[in-house]
Amino acid sequence: MNSPPTALIELAGIERVFRLGDSEVHALHELDLRIDAGEYVAVMGPSGSGKSTLLNLLGLLDRPTAGTYHLEGRDITTLSPHEQAQVRSQRIGFVFQSFHLVPRLTAAENIALPMMLAGVAPAERAKRVTQALDDYGLTDRSHHRPDQLSGGQRQRVAIARATIMQPAMILADEPTGNLDRATGEEVIRLLEKLNARGVTLIVVTHDAAVGRRARRRLDMEDGMIRADTRVAAA
Amino acid sequence: MRPIDNTRFALGAATGNRLRTVLLMLAMSIGVAAVVVLTALGDGARRYVVNEFSSLGTNLVIVLPGRTQTGGFSPQNVITGTPRDLTIEDALALRRATAARLVAPIVVGTSEISGAGRLRESIVVGTVADYYAVRNFRMAQGRFLPEEDWTRGSPVIVLGAKVREDVFGSAPALGQFVRIGDRRFRVIGVLGSSGMGLGMNTDELSFVPIATAQQMFNTNTLFRILVEARNREAIPAAKEQVREIIKARHGGEEDVTTITQDAVLATFDRLLGTLTLGVAGIAAISLAVAGILVMNVMLVSVSQRTSEIGLLKALGATEAAVRNAFLTEAAMLSFAGALLGYGLGQLGAWIIRLLYPTLPAYAPQWAVVAAIGTALVTGLLFGFLPARRAAALDPVLALAKR
Repeated sequence: MNSPPTALIELAGIERVFRLGDSEVHALHELDLRIDAGEYVAVMGPSGSGKSTLLNLLGLLDRPTAGTYHLEGRDITTLSPHEQAQVRSQRIGFVFQSFHLVPRLTAAENIALPMMLAGVAPAERAKRVTQALDDYGLTDRSHHRPDQLSGGQRQRVAIARATIMQPAMILADEPTGNLDRATGEEVIRLLEKLNARGVTLIVVTHDAAVGRRARRRLDMEDGMIRADTRVAAA
Repeated sequence: MRPIDNTRFALGAATGNRLRTVLLMLAMSIGVAAVVVLTALGDGARRYVVNEFSSLGTNLVIVLPGRTQTGGFSPQNVITGTPRDLTIEDALALRRATAARLVAPIVVGTSEISGAGRLRESIVVGTVADYYAVRNFRMAQGRFLPEEDWTRGSPVIVLGAKVREDVFGSAPALGQFVRIGDRRFRVIGVLGSSGMGLGMNTDELSFVPIATAQQMFNTNTLFRILVEARNREAIPAAKEQVREIIKARHGGEEDVTTITQDAVLATFDRLLGTLTLGVAGIAAISLAVAGILVMNVMLVSVSQRTSEIGLLKALGATEAAVRNAFLTEAAMLSFAGALLGYGLGQLGAWIIRLLYPTLPAYAPQWAVVAAIGTALVTGLLFGFLPARRAAALDPVLALAKR
């Protein structure tokens, strides 16, 4: 953390317009944002404020209607779908509220999924999965399928999966939304540990308690950032 | 994604939903099984008819003395006079025909056979060793007439199954002597019972060397000459050569008639072949239906698995990877269904053969290959649309669906 912060994400003049019948909905409006590598950002705001849209956009799951998005200095909006898939594969890890594990795959297979999609050699895959299972205390659960895991375990599998490709940033959409408070805190601590190791962490949340823990808080309303508060590390 | 991973992933997806997989495979297998069974029936019928005709001998050109010709009275008839008879020398000359594989002259007469104290009337056929091959006979005991000079007959006889039974009953016939007129013949073979052929019941015939028969019946003419062409294509050539040779030997007179059973056979073959094809076509419709079913099931599967597809994309799967995974899944399901159908079809054909032993209900190879091929192609073809839909899914919408 001694090196000067480099801009990981730079959004400029982002617009995202959804068309619902005749009316246009501005999910994001004139949004400028810069997030440096290693930051811990919480995105907060009421439903419909555009925070999920922002996250999808950051995760290359959605394209802005207008504006530019630079990720690590590269203009992402001009990339082909294939190249975008590659960026998602190598640089971005997702954690979802409802875990999104593939139900028919075991915990180990779910964790290995991004590597399988990226074409990592099986031997290397096995090595990394074993390490990840160990890191997240899931070793004895490796052959269990998601329906045999508790919520906390599921989210740990999801986090292991999000980090297995060693991405530059983790995008977490309400990671604690489906968990009880204790388990939720455990999950947040895991994510924070990753952040401490230099991974940029962006968390979308309703939960003020979760939001308060972040070093930077973006409050969104009507597709715009209303407040951008930086706080000292907890 | 590595091909092996792709395959394994698709396999996992295919087996993930048992009921869906089983139903799909069933649909596909019914299509393939229908093709296999129906073509087996059609081709079985064709083979049955062809076999029946072949029991006469295949690729046969039958040479009869005399010219049968419609046209009634013509000046030519007045000049040319009566036809010459066919002789052993004519038959020997026909052996030179390049398109002919075997030549077998025959002489036919009726005589009484006595042996073991019994007397029986039998049609005695004088012929040569090759007749056995021409007629596709089967020996029950011993052997057929020996290879020997056609103009010298040894005193041996081969009995039809019925003749043997009537003369010898349950006593052994092989090596025994029978008497025809004032000649003694040693029984060297008994034919297996076969049935009708060329309008005669072979079981009631006895065979002696041609020269012997000619002496016995005091004749030097032949009843027929059977010529077997090298193959089906050689039949017209054989026919032509036979005519040329006989014409040359009979002073430029074309005084024989040649008949090919193949003409009839070919018609039946073609007719029943077309029938098989038609039936296969009808069965193929069920394959197409199965293909549409594959498409529907895969489409349902895509919409059921939207969130999984969205997830795969979020995890860095390219559109191609998603499409390949779904295509592979469709292909695997179709292929498994096709294999199952092939098994079911062969089982069905086997049951038909059990029920109707005379019908050789084997599915022709081309039908099996075509059925499995069509199953795969329809599976892929109809799998393509769902796979493309999956690949084109918007990951945001896909993930939003909880």
